[in-house]
Amino acid sequence: MKNSTRRAFLSRVTVGLTGAIAAIVGLPILGYLLAPLFQAPSDDLVKVGLVTDFPLGKTKLVSIRDPSPLPWAGQTAETALWVRRRQADGPQMFQVFNVNCTHLGCPINWQAEAKIFLCPCHGGVFYEDGTVAAGPPPRPLYEREWAVRAGDLLVRQAALPNPKQG
Amino acid sequence: MSPVWRSVRWWLSSVAAWLGERFELEDSVLAVLRHPVPRALERPVGWFYVFGAATLAIFIVQIATGVALAMTYVPAPNSAYDSLQFISHEATLGSLIRGIHYFGAGAMVVLVLVHMTQVYLFGAFKFPREVNWLSGSLLLLGTLAMAFTGQLLRWDQDAFWAIVVAAEQAAQAPVIGGWLVTLVVAGANVGGATLTRFYATHVFLIPAAIFGLLGIHLYLVVKRGISEPPVAGERVDRAGYRARYRELLARGIPFWPDAAWRDAVVSAIAVACVVLLAAILGAPALGKPADPTVVVADPRPDWYFLGYFALLALIPPATEAVVIIGLPLFAFVFLFLVPILWPDGERHWSRRPVAIAAVALPFIAYAALTTAGLESPWVPRLQGAGLSSTVTAGLDAPATHGSELFVTKSCWACHQIEGSGGRKGPDLSHVAARLTRDQITARVAGGGGGMPAFAGSLSSQELDDLATFLATRK
Repeated sequence: MKNSTRRAFLSRVTVGLTGAIAAIVGLPILGYLLAPLFQAPSDDLVKVGLVTDFPLGKTKLVSIRDPSPLPWAGQTAETALWVRRRQADGPQMFQVFNVNCTHLGCPINWQAEAKIFLCPCHGGVFYEDGTVAAGPPPRPLYEREWAVRAGDLLVRQAALPNPKQG
Repeated sequence: MSPVWRSVRWWLSSVAAWLGERFELEDSVLAVLRHPVPRALERPVGWFYVFGAATLAIFIVQIATGVALAMTYVPAPNSAYDSLQFISHEATLGSLIRGIHYFGAGAMVVLVLVHMTQVYLFGAFKFPREVNWLSGSLLLLGTLAMAFTGQLLRWDQDAFWAIVVAAEQAAQAPVIGGWLVTLVVAGANVGGATLTRFYATHVFLIPAAIFGLLGIHLYLVVKRGISEPPVAGERVDRAGYRARYRELLARGIPFWPDAAWRDAVVSAIAVACVVLLAAILGAPALGKPADPTVVVADPRPDWYFLGYFALLALIPPATEAVVIIGLPLFAFVFLFLVPILWPDGERHWSRRPVAIAAVALPFIAYAALTTAGLESPWVPRLQGAGLSSTVTAGLDAPATHGSELFVTKSCWACHQIEGSGGRKGPDLSHVAARLTRDQITARVAGGGGGMPAFAGSLSSQELDDLATFLATRK
């Protein structure tokens, strides 16, 4: 009887210690892997060009750089955006679109002559103001907040995935 | 026999005897290898029992080639592409090794599915082998996860945008969608931290899971025994099956070598096919280097995922959120429920017509979707725009201008005329036979029925010329 309680106790100690080993190593690893969840993505306004770079009525591809990319990020430190110069000035001056199709996120191509965006994956089509012209996309292109300061066009950073509303 | 040879033989047998005394393999490894299997496997039906072993053989090939590739591949966004180009074009035998890894991946997917189909149709998943099936289903999941993560490591344009697309799909998951994306992408956007995550997942995480599952799977294969070929009318009943199977094994044959030789033959054929394909066709060509600021990309998966890609193009958009998450989920829930819901009863496929349908219908449907995915008629054509000279010959000035507009205004991207152009919209070779000039003008200007409205991008003169051109297409 005494022996069996001793064995039960030792079993519990062994299992408990093994679990403790797993926990003291596992929890930091888990925290390390889940870290991206607890880091707020940066949402700075970043310069993408001079206002004069964008002729009225034209839509241009620009790249926007991560504020603090990893040193080995290479080309992936940049993201592309479509910028449409709508008016000469005023609050309607620009429209800035994510390049991602609102269907599944493939990169849309601007057809300058036809004034439409075409998606190469499943054939989504958007008009120059970002509204859906044809195909599977459920909603207009996602727009970015922008601002003009001292002749520079600034665009707000945004994280994947694209917001479901807005 | 020469004295040298005799001496070598003596040394070898001495070492073997010494090791044998230390390892005592007779009652462990050799006992497992010689475990009895049903005598029926001596007959030609034994050739149906080889696909698991062939999958394992290819898996080992994947590990070996994967380790070799990892010696050179650099999993960083600024180097991955260059290191792969080096492997494919400059490294000695690099193209062959990468080719084997590529064709091996396809072979894995195919062989796992063939193996599962055989097990399912033979009713081998039934009592007492339910967990064999469950561990196998998880191994299928692991295989698909390896195939997907592996494609992304190419880090070309298609791979990069495939990650973006995958992230957008993951975002559709209810509640956890946003977190899932952040974890997959390892940050706000696909960037410096993303590729290393995929790499570590591909070379450590999933393989570790596969090793564990494989251990369980093989343990159960030996412990539960290989199922006897089904006989129509012979039902599995949980009360009597194990006693009956024990009797069967008492008259059985040893797995090694009586059944193993067939495994070896088919494994050798499978590996030879993979190596041959790699030797002839080489490593798959890479696209342009990944660059988020270049939007010219055609992100499509390798052939075994094309059917799913096609499905997403063909279903009504409103059902997408359900299909993207729901269909794979349903498929795996179904796989898991198979042995739980049907653990006993008839095993032979001829007595299980619904089971035959459950195999045939998905395969037929997926084959049809893959064909559709290969053709992808819904994709607008963006390269090589132009009409053939037979179409433009002999047109008057307005119609000639209209034919130029047909190309420059992207009509060509979606519409064919005499075999040239996209296939997303209707073929316009004989559009004037269906529509009047006014109807054509109205459709181009106002769009509708899946077509954009072009009133905003065409002047009235251009619209008129385009209609004049299309009106010649009788």
